[in-house]
Amino acid sequence: MKILTVNFLTCAVKACKTSPLSFPLHFRDAELEQSDIGYNPSFLRNILPRVDWEALKVTATELGFTTVPSEKPNLDPAPSNTDLPAPETAMETSEPDVADEKVMRDLHTLLLETEVREGKMVCGNCGHEYKIKEGIANFLLPSHLGR
Amino acid sequence: MYSSEAQSDSELYEEAHVHKVYEQIASHFSSTRYKPWPIVERFLKDLPDGSVGLDVGCGNGKYLAVNPNVFIIASDRSNNLVKIATKHQPHTAIVADNLTLPHPNASFDFAVSIAVIHHLSTPDRRIQAVAAILSILRPSIKGQGGGSQNNGGKTLIYVWALEQEHSRRGWKEGDEQDVMVPWVMKQKPTAESSEESKTFNRYYHLYRQGELEHDIAEAGGLVLESGYEKDNWWAIAIRKPG
Repeated sequence: MKILTVNFLTCAVKACKTSPLSFPLHFRDAELEQSDIGYNPSFLRNILPRVDWEALKVTATELGFTTVPSEKPNLDPAPSNTDLPAPETAMETSEPDVADEKVMRDLHTLLLETEVREGKMVCGNCGHEYKIKEGIANFLLPSHLGR
Repeated sequence: MYSSEAQSDSELYEEAHVHKVYEQIASHFSSTRYKPWPIVERFLKDLPDGSVGLDVGCGNGKYLAVNPNVFIIASDRSNNLVKIATKHQPHTAIVADNLTLPHPNASFDFAVSIAVIHHLSTPDRRIQAVAAILSILRPSIKGQGGGSQNNGGKTLIYVWALEQEHSRRGWKEGDEQDVMVPWVMKQKPTAESSEESKTFNRYYHLYRQGELEHDIAEAGGLVLESGYEKDNWWAIAIRKPG
């Protein structure tokens, strides 16, 4: 399971979803693996506005990543296939910034190429543990928690 | 709403007649499921770049190949199907139950659930499954049209139709809606068994005309568009604004 995924997960127990403690889930005993995924800067730029940065920092710290900027990088969105007007700055910057490029590469590695192969994710509200085995996280609840 | 005993009976029933079957037929099932249905393809391709959404009951993940410019968190009950689904980058796949989705409420731009909800064995559970999808969508803003980019998240739901007289199953209006559908898996005869095929029965609830729209309304959704395509009923819906 890739790290970007964690930003869109919470506890499967309904009552936990309204508690701020349930997001993000917390890693325990995580074993990581680097995979090789094609670098796609426009995908990253487009997805970044949807990333909860504070949650990502918590996740990154738990997994031992120290390169995440303290603030979400302010990157121009990639040219879009929608009718939404693009910010004016997007028109002006045709050359990608070198510093931006480094930030983007690091984010690509962290969000998309880093896989959690084994380990657990724990809800900070109810303490329920979700196991990750062979890269697949399992959120099925025992029946007494599933109501 | 319902006694926990009845609920757990239907859970056990679905475990035996849906979940266990898919776990066993996963790889054969997957080899027969590769062509995306046109309406699902259109829905996914029309999403703005950078949209984030779910594929609830993703099976082998065939819809994850449609649009690489959005991010999809796919889920299925079957670990064996999820294993197959994880190969579609940049998306992701997890094992989860569609009645207890492990995602934050009111957060997603879209969700598809294709040929999934018809496997739930009571009306209440089917409505709950729709409600679970609606709850993770970004809420809709009152007064804005469904087609607006700024409006809430939307979902596309597909279910098998009762009215399919011209299919090889031949079901039609008035027929029994709760049925067992055989999946025949051909296998090479082995030393232990000379049988050339094995049959698995899956439970389906066949939707009659209007039933999907009814369930969506009951679950708090607003249908924007709906129709019939090749033996299936489908609907695109948002959370009811308000």
